[in-house]
Amino acid sequence: MTKQDLTNAITDCVARGDKAFVPYIMAGDGGLETIKNTILFLQQTGVTAIELGIPFSDPVADGPVIEEAGERALAKGITLRKVVKELASFKNEVTVPLVIMTYLNPILSYGIDQFAKDCQDSGISGLIVPDLPHEESGLLQNSLEKSEIALIPLVSLTSPPERIKKITAAAEGFVYAVTVNGITGVRDGFGDDLAAHLEQLKAVSPVPVLAGFGISTPEQVQSIGALADGVIVGSAIVAAFHRNDLMTVEELVKASKKEIYS
Amino acid sequence: MVKELNVTQTMRAGRYGRFGGQFVPETLMTALIELEAAYDDAIADPIFTDEVSYYLKDFVGRETPLYFAERLTKEAGGAKIYLKREDLNHTGAHKINNTVGQALLAMRMGKKKIVAETGAGQHGVATATVCALFNLECVIYMGKEDIRRQELNVFRMELLGAKVVSVNKGSGTLKDAVNEALRYWVANVEDTHYILGSALGPHPFPRIVRDFQRVIGVETRRQIVEKEGRLPDAIVACIGGGSNAIGMFHPFIDDEDVGLYGVEAAGSGIETGLHAAAIADGKEGVLHGAYMYVLQDNDGFIQEAHSISAGLDYPAVGPEHSHLHDIGRVTYTSVTDAGALQGLQLLAKVEGIIPALESAHAVHYAVELAGTMGEEEILVICLSGRGDKDVQTVRDALGGGLND
Ligand SMILES: Cc1ncc(COP(=O)(O)O)c(C=O)c1O
Repeated sequence: MTKQDLTNAITDCVARGDKAFVPYIMAGDGGLETIKNTILFLQQTGVTAIELGIPFSDPVADGPVIEEAGERALAKGITLRKVVKELASFKNEVTVPLVIMTYLNPILSYGIDQFAKDCQDSGISGLIVPDLPHEESGLLQNSLEKSEIALIPLVSLTSPPERIKKITAAAEGFVYAVTVNGITGVRDGFGDDLAAHLEQLKAVSPVPVLAGFGISTPEQVQSIGALADGVIVGSAIVAAFHRNDLMTVEELVKASKKEIYS
Repeated sequence: MVKELNVTQTMRAGRYGRFGGQFVPETLMTALIELEAAYDDAIADPIFTDEVSYYLKDFVGRETPLYFAERLTKEAGGAKIYLKREDLNHTGAHKINNTVGQALLAMRMGKKKIVAETGAGQHGVATATVCALFNLECVIYMGKEDIRRQELNVFRMELLGAKVVSVNKGSGTLKDAVNEALRYWVANVEDTHYILGSALGPHPFPRIVRDFQRVIGVETRRQIVEKEGRLPDAIVACIGGGSNAIGMFHPFIDDEDVGLYGVEAAGSGIETGLHAAAIADGKEGVLHGAYMYVLQDNDGFIQEAHSISAGLDYPAVGPEHSHLHDIGRVTYTSVTDAGALQGLQLLAKVEGIIPALESAHAVHYAVELAGTMGEEEILVICLSGRGDKDVQTVRDALGGGLND
């Protein structure tokens, strides 16, 4: 699947009256062989796309739940290379777009061009790099362009309007709207300025806007989802998979659907 | 007097050759852009620079002496050795040169809360000190292992009113403390300034830290010309992230006859893999916001550093040093834990100065280097800090007593 398929999956979903739902999973939390089952399970619950986190030694953007999942995955020997290769092995069974989330250094170590090519071969359609801001994104752009992989930018509450314009103008796939100042993880509440921020972001973005960081309950999927084109849910999904609580995962996904949602 | 230097001219802002940059989460970008603007504005304002100078003189006790180490010179049997006495600064190391400047900058930006990381505790103490001085709220992140190694510095920070948070993750050392300080900054960026303690991190930090540490080299240049009528032949400094070294080296970079030597921590030996020598054994990569030499494995995961000295226990070396290595302007070498212990004992015995374990790496290499130089030649050691904080570690390492 290409970056266009990723955008289409979200816009189709919104056109149906649903909200996009993108779960974040820590690739290989439980072992490399669990990746396939987790992805196949998620696509059957009706998710819009899947974000696969790659474990890293120094995950500065992540909160404790994801960091601990990353440590478990690292202990199982999970690496960027292994995940990309594993995805290639069952790509014909995957029906939803896949997005990789990794810190920059493993990509540099892999080799940017090779990484982009291998991602394409594995059917990956998007990439999120939390430590690669707009100013530095040129580093990956050429290689990703050739491989038709979207570089999905993050926009934060601290990004001023002119900056948001610059970032969204170059955006591909979707825009990842970070809903809190801080790291990933469960939150009780969100700031009052979030609604206005997301509205402004949607007004200027040529691609869909998905909100993420701290969204952890079906209620939040709905309330934050209502302000954007959809949501990304990380820590709550990672924690649910870790305790093998598939019901919670299904309930979170269901909250994004029209029949529940409206 | 400060002439712009070819080697530090950047391809674009914040680059040293291909090193440096701003590899941070988007949430921090606006803060970095504001910091750069505020810094440019501040250093063009004599009120600010006078204020920095005032506190460096009357509070820190600058300028620090450039001391002719006569007995050490005899011991080494070659070049005349001078010590730039950063150990005599208030709080015991060069770190305070930077924290004074950055705290004044934070206040100018209207930020009343400070977060910082610390390894040896020297930067933490220097930060807690200026926060007490200027009445700023202060949170210090410190690795669990470092807290163990530098217990007294933790208490010092607490006496100074700082909150010290223990970091249990990873190896519980400086790298992990930087991760946590960055996370804290991301969550509190609107009212908090991050006082980074070395010439590391995303632009503009490497530049700001270097500029505030340049006072070391600027003074040394004037002092050596006063004493010897000429520039030195060699300058030696230890490298953790690289702040004392870059501050010392920078004013000499255009003087090609001045040999510059950076000493990394070789821990148990480069060949053992247990060390902190990112130039000797690292690869280019990104950590904590900058592209630089980093200790990492074949999958790009950052490796843990190892050194007896907490202040050098960091798996990377700052972007400007990475560049100076690449262009060959500075020679980077390394000294083991054992070498540093020897350097520390030697300086204590022959000069009555107990250096910090960090600085002891420079002392050990400098003595070797001086021995290969002629008597008419001059070598300066950047004695970045005093060893009071390390006495317990040294005693443990020497098996509870002296081994001679
Ligand atoms: C006395 C002393 N010297 C050197 C260092 C290493 O840092 P840098 O390389 O930034 O000078 C430290 C760090 O804590 C220190 O305390």
